[in-house]
Amino acid sequence: MNPKLKRYLTAYAFLLPNGVGFMLFMLLPILVSFGLAFTDCQMLKPNIRFIGFGNFINLLGFYHDSAGWHANDPDFWYYLYNTIFLMIGIPISMAASLGMAILLNQKLKGIVLFRTLFYLPHICSGIAIFMVWRMMYHADVGIINTILGWLDIQGPDWLNSITWAKPALIIMGVWGAAGGNNMIIYLAALKGVPESLFEAADIDGASAWQKFRYVTWPQLAPATFFIFTMSIIGGFQGGFNMAYIMTQGGPSGSTTTIGYYIFNMAYDGELLLGYGSAIAWVLFVLVMGATILNWKCGKSGENDYA
Amino acid sequence: MPDFRTSSVARYAVQYGILVAVSVTTVFPLVWMIGTSLKSAGDPVMSFLPDHPTMSNFARAIEGTSFTRYYINSIIIAVVSTFGQLLTSSMAGFAFARLNFPGRDKIFFAYLATMMIPGAVTMVPLFMIMTAGPEYLNILLGTGMFTEKQYFLNEYYAGRALGIDSYFTIIVPHFFSPFGVFLMRQFFLTIPKEMDEAASIDGCSTFQIYFHVILPMSKPALGALSIFVFMGTWGEFLWPLIMTNSDAMKNLPVGIASFMGEHSTDWPLIMAASTMMMIPMVCVFIAFQKFFVSGIQTGAVKG
Repeated sequence: MNPKLKRYLTAYAFLLPNGVGFMLFMLLPILVSFGLAFTDCQMLKPNIRFIGFGNFINLLGFYHDSAGWHANDPDFWYYLYNTIFLMIGIPISMAASLGMAILLNQKLKGIVLFRTLFYLPHICSGIAIFMVWRMMYHADVGIINTILGWLDIQGPDWLNSITWAKPALIIMGVWGAAGGNNMIIYLAALKGVPESLFEAADIDGASAWQKFRYVTWPQLAPATFFIFTMSIIGGFQGGFNMAYIMTQGGPSGSTTTIGYYIFNMAYDGELLLGYGSAIAWVLFVLVMGATILNWKCGKSGENDYA
Repeated sequence: MPDFRTSSVARYAVQYGILVAVSVTTVFPLVWMIGTSLKSAGDPVMSFLPDHPTMSNFARAIEGTSFTRYYINSIIIAVVSTFGQLLTSSMAGFAFARLNFPGRDKIFFAYLATMMIPGAVTMVPLFMIMTAGPEYLNILLGTGMFTEKQYFLNEYYAGRALGIDSYFTIIVPHFFSPFGVFLMRQFFLTIPKEMDEAASIDGCSTFQIYFHVILPMSKPALGALSIFVFMGTWGEFLWPLIMTNSDAMKNLPVGIASFMGEHSTDWPLIMAASTMMMIPMVCVFIAFQKFFVSGIQTGAVKG
């Protein structure tokens, strides 16, 4: 055989196992999903009709009547608001991650033990830990209200209150994320800050805060940018597992995110696969838009690390 | 002049004090979970530690529910998914990093592009294809084999061949993550090409280079990817939730979530199950901590 052809065939053979699966489980579903978004496809219903932009109009459109403008699908806008509201947790958990990384960056005996303890919530995160928090948030017997009771504060019925359900999820999310991968990334970035910069700052008589503000923080910019971008991407898509276990999206839909809405539409109840696909593509556009915006802002800032 | 030794002792006390305070916050819910799992029926719900510690909740979870089955399912899913993904990703990553073939960069770009598409987009059609597909195949070919129930040793229900309630459906999509290919390729690129060339001069075939040169040098990347996949599939919830109906095919997260309805206020039972679910993760983490840290940094810095 022609040696060149043989080399090509070898290469394709290495690619084949993954390539076939990639086509069947990634490319094909992406194409099908794009097609579905323009149909009224429903599971167990034989006829599929092409309805053009119908799903997108039902999802994003507005109509006008004597009482003014109304959204065709007010739920979607509410769930979008919930999704963005829950992202308040991102800057909080980033600040916590950075603080914890700074603590771990000290040269102290036994620091690896503390790193493990800080990282534990991330390892354990998931369904089991949501169960624990559900118990801790219980209005009468939960530990959180018990502690508030010691301070003479009447705690709310966290997960059954429209006001407090979202903050409850944010607190839990920060607890789970702060000591996770973001902390490790910050820790690596901190170790990468050249010692000479601090020596120079010392000679100039900089205070600890000035050293952080003018030396450490700018040096951490690439890590901050990376973590923030990834968190926003995750934030738009997330919220299902947590809300499903803790609140079932309630009370009154106040913890339903877009990811949860797709579940309700496509996999539950009426199994509206077409509509669910349309929401998923809107989610894609939101994620892309936020990423590009983030990228642009990162570039126009003082550091061109993007 | 301040006493140097006293002030440094005070400094240590403050440093360790803060570290301990943060650790208490991160560990508290986990301790609470274990404490609750050891409570006997008469212990007050609110108390931190049980008055009469007992292991009976663990026994109840194992004997009184399908917990053991969920556990076995989770182990099968996590282990097979991890090996499957390591194999296909490292092979494809090798092709992209080391071999020349027409269309290589275009195909790699397609992999990168799909990484930006949310999982929600591909999950709807996968759900549709995986549930309806085998039924259509049955009708088309006039057979029932595609959704036939399987039994291991003619006794243990092992799900259907394809479709809902099938190990195939839950596991196989994990084999083909573009992220895994990306991670492996990036790592392989850092291995000096001279290694391959030397092996090639010694008469190694391409496969031998992959298997005896590249893979042994890639333990950190393989270790990191194993941990990511194992953790991800161990805790996976949405896909197994929508793809299982029968109790025997649920994995741990879906199974424990279903306890909520049946044993809604039996917190000691639920906490015992949750504790047992976390044990493997903690062990994997402690054993492979080194890989964890380097893997996350590889993903962030080089990605």
